[in-house]
Amino acid sequence: MTVHTQIEPVAGPEHLLKTQRGEPVTMLEAISEALFEEMVRDESVFLLGEDIGVYGGAFKVTRGFLEHFGERRVIDTPIAEGGFTGAAAGAAHMGLRPVVEIQFMDFISPAYDVITNYIATSLYRGAGPMPLVIRGPVGGGNRGGPFHSQNVEMAFFHTPGLKIVYPSNAYDAKGLLKAAIRDDNPVLFEEHKGLYRAPALREVLPDDDYTVPLGVAKTVRDGSDLTIVTYGAMVHKSLSAAETLDVEDGLSVEIVDLRTLLPMDDDAIVESVKKTGKLLIVHEDTRTGGIAGEIAIRVSEKAFEWLDGPILRVTAIDAPVPYSGSLEDYFLPQADDVITAARYLAAY
Amino acid sequence: MSDRSSYGLGRAELHELYRALTLTRAAEERLEILQKQGHVTGGLYRSLGQEAGAVGAAFALRRRDDGTGDFLAHTVRAAGALFLFGGELEDFFRQYMAKGSGPTRGREANLHWFDFQKGFVGPVSPLGTMIEIMAGITLTFRMRGEERIGMVFYGDGASSTGAWHEGLNFAAVQRCPLILMVENNQWAFSTPTHKNTRVATFADKGPGYGIGADSVDGTDVLEVFDTVRRAAALVRAGEGTRLVELRYFRRLGHAQHDPQEYVDPALIEEWEKRDPIAGYRDRMLRNEWATEEELSAIEEEVFERCRIAAESVVEEPNPDGPSAVYDVYTDLDIARPWTRAEPAVP
Repeated sequence: MTVHTQIEPVAGPEHLLKTQRGEPVTMLEAISEALFEEMVRDESVFLLGEDIGVYGGAFKVTRGFLEHFGERRVIDTPIAEGGFTGAAAGAAHMGLRPVVEIQFMDFISPAYDVITNYIATSLYRGAGPMPLVIRGPVGGGNRGGPFHSQNVEMAFFHTPGLKIVYPSNAYDAKGLLKAAIRDDNPVLFEEHKGLYRAPALREVLPDDDYTVPLGVAKTVRDGSDLTIVTYGAMVHKSLSAAETLDVEDGLSVEIVDLRTLLPMDDDAIVESVKKTGKLLIVHEDTRTGGIAGEIAIRVSEKAFEWLDGPILRVTAIDAPVPYSGSLEDYFLPQADDVITAARYLAAY
Repeated sequence: MSDRSSYGLGRAELHELYRALTLTRAAEERLEILQKQGHVTGGLYRSLGQEAGAVGAAFALRRRDDGTGDFLAHTVRAAGALFLFGGELEDFFRQYMAKGSGPTRGREANLHWFDFQKGFVGPVSPLGTMIEIMAGITLTFRMRGEERIGMVFYGDGASSTGAWHEGLNFAAVQRCPLILMVENNQWAFSTPTHKNTRVATFADKGPGYGIGADSVDGTDVLEVFDTVRRAAALVRAGEGTRLVELRYFRRLGHAQHDPQEYVDPALIEEWEKRDPIAGYRDRMLRNEWATEEELSAIEEEVFERCRIAAESVVEEPNPDGPSAVYDVYTDLDIARPWTRAEPAVP
C-alpha cells in the first residue's frame, strides 16, 4: 500500500536533509523532513503556530523553516489556537494547504469550536473540501503535568468529517504526515513527545517520496495466542510486554498498530481477532470513553463468534495527568500491566 | 452630509440600492407566507429595520462573479448583502425550505450557503467563528498580493465570544484586509446590549486591537455606504483590519417563534418611524432621484420575482433521506444503518 516515488534532491538546512544523506533520523526529524519536503513540493503548503518561526517551535520541529521559506509561509501567531486554526480554515477555502501546530495538544481546546462546528462540517455543508492538518505533541511520561501531557484523540473522535492519525515510529510519522498534508480532509495529527527523540526509534528512512496511506493499520508483531490492538507510544510498551510473554510464558502475541484512529481499520482488527480469538486493547489515553470501547463494540459486531474470552483493556486511570514521577508512572499504563492483562486473558 | 447628497452615486445606482432594500424585505415577507403554508423548515429570521446596513455595506465592495472580487461573510440578517453578491433568490427559498435542489442540498439552513466564485461565505451559527474564517481568507489575499478585501457581519452578541477576540486579534496583527461589520440591533436573542458589553458603542472596541473603527446609523443606506466605502479604501490600501458598527434596532423577535415580550412596545414604535426603506423612499422622491412611478415599478418587480421564485421552488423535491451519508469525507463512504440493509447484518 505504501507509495514510493523518487524525489529530486533539494537544497535546504543540513539538519533537514539527513535522509537524503542516508543518515538515521528520530521520529521528530522524520516529522520535520515531511513538513520540509511537502513545503518544497507544494507552494500552497504553509505553517501557522505559536513560536514556530523565529524560535523553531517548542520542540524545534520547524527549526530553520523561517529562514528557508520566509515569513509568508511560516507564521508566528498570537496565542490563540481558535483564531489561527480558524484562519487556517479560511486559507484552506482559498486553495491553500495549511499545517497548524498546536504547541501542546492540551491547548487545542480553544479551537474545539472551529474544528468541530466549522472545519469538520465544511464539505457536508457545501463549503468544499478542507485540506488542513492540525498537528502537535501529545502524551505523558515526561513529567509535564496536567497541561503538557494529554492525549486528545477522544475529544475529537466523535466528530464526523475529521481524520485522526497517531504514529508510533519515524517511518510511519513521515509517510503519514505527507499523506495527511495531501489529503483533502481535515486531519488531526498526534505526535507522542516521548517518541520524538527516543534513540531506539532512530532509523534510516527511504530517500524517496513515500507516503503511508491513512486508515490502514499495521501488524507490527505476528502471533497466534492473543491480539493486542494499540497505537502511539503504547506500541512499544506492548512490544516489550510481548517479548517477556514469549520468553517467560511461551505466549505468542500479535500486535496491531492502528496508526490512524479515524477512520479505523476494522478489517485489520477483525482479521487478527479471528486468528487469535482473544483481544486486549492498550491505550495511553484515560479509560472511560477511551477508544477501547469503540474497538470492543466493533469486534462484538463483526467477530463475536470468534472470541474465546472477554475483550479487555489496559489504559491510563481516569484522572488528570499528574505531575510527580511516582504519580505519573502509576497513572500511565505500563508494560507490566500489559503482561498481567495478557496472562489473565491467555488463561481465560 | 445633507439630505440632498447622494454621495456621488448616479440615478441607476440609487435605484439599485432601493431594489436591493425592497428585495430583502419582499423576500422575507414571502417567507412568512411560505411559513404559514407550512413550507419553511426551522426558524425564520427577519431583518426588519436592518436592511440598509447589509445593503449599504455590500454595495461599497467590489462584486464579481469570477472569483476575483471582494469577499462577504453574511449573516441571516444580511440577505440584502447576499443578494448584491449574486446570491440567487431561488436558492434563498430553497435553503429556507431545505430543498435537495438548494446549494447545501438540504443539509444546512437558510442563509448558510457558499459561493467562492461570487465571493460569499455562509455563516455557522456560532458567529464569532466567522471572524477567524474571514481572517484566514483575507490573509490569503494578502499573501498572494491581491487587492481584494473581506467583510464579515456578526451580531452584537457575537462580540462577546472568545472566537471573535481571537479572530480579530489575529487579523489585526496580520493586517488582514478585513472589515468587521457589527450588527448592533440591541438584542442578542433576548439579551440587551448592556448585558453583553460595558462599552457605549462597539466602535470603542477597535482601539483595543489597534484598529480603526466607525459607528454609523444603520438605518441610513447612503450613510452606511459612504462609511464603508471609506473604510474599504483604507483597508484596501494596506491599513489592515477595521471595524464598523451598524446602529439600528431588531423590530421583530430573534426568530418568528420569539414574540419579543421582553421589548418595550414603545421602543419598537419609535424605531418603526425610522424604517430604513420608507425613509430612503421619501428621500429619493424629495430629492427627485426617482419618480413615484419608478419606485412603484421596482416594488412591483421585486414582489413578482419573489412570488414566482417561491412558487417554483415549493414544487421542487426534498432531498433523498439516504443521501445523508454523502460528502462527510471527500474519499470515504460512511456506514449506512445496518438495520436498513438487506439482509440485516451488522
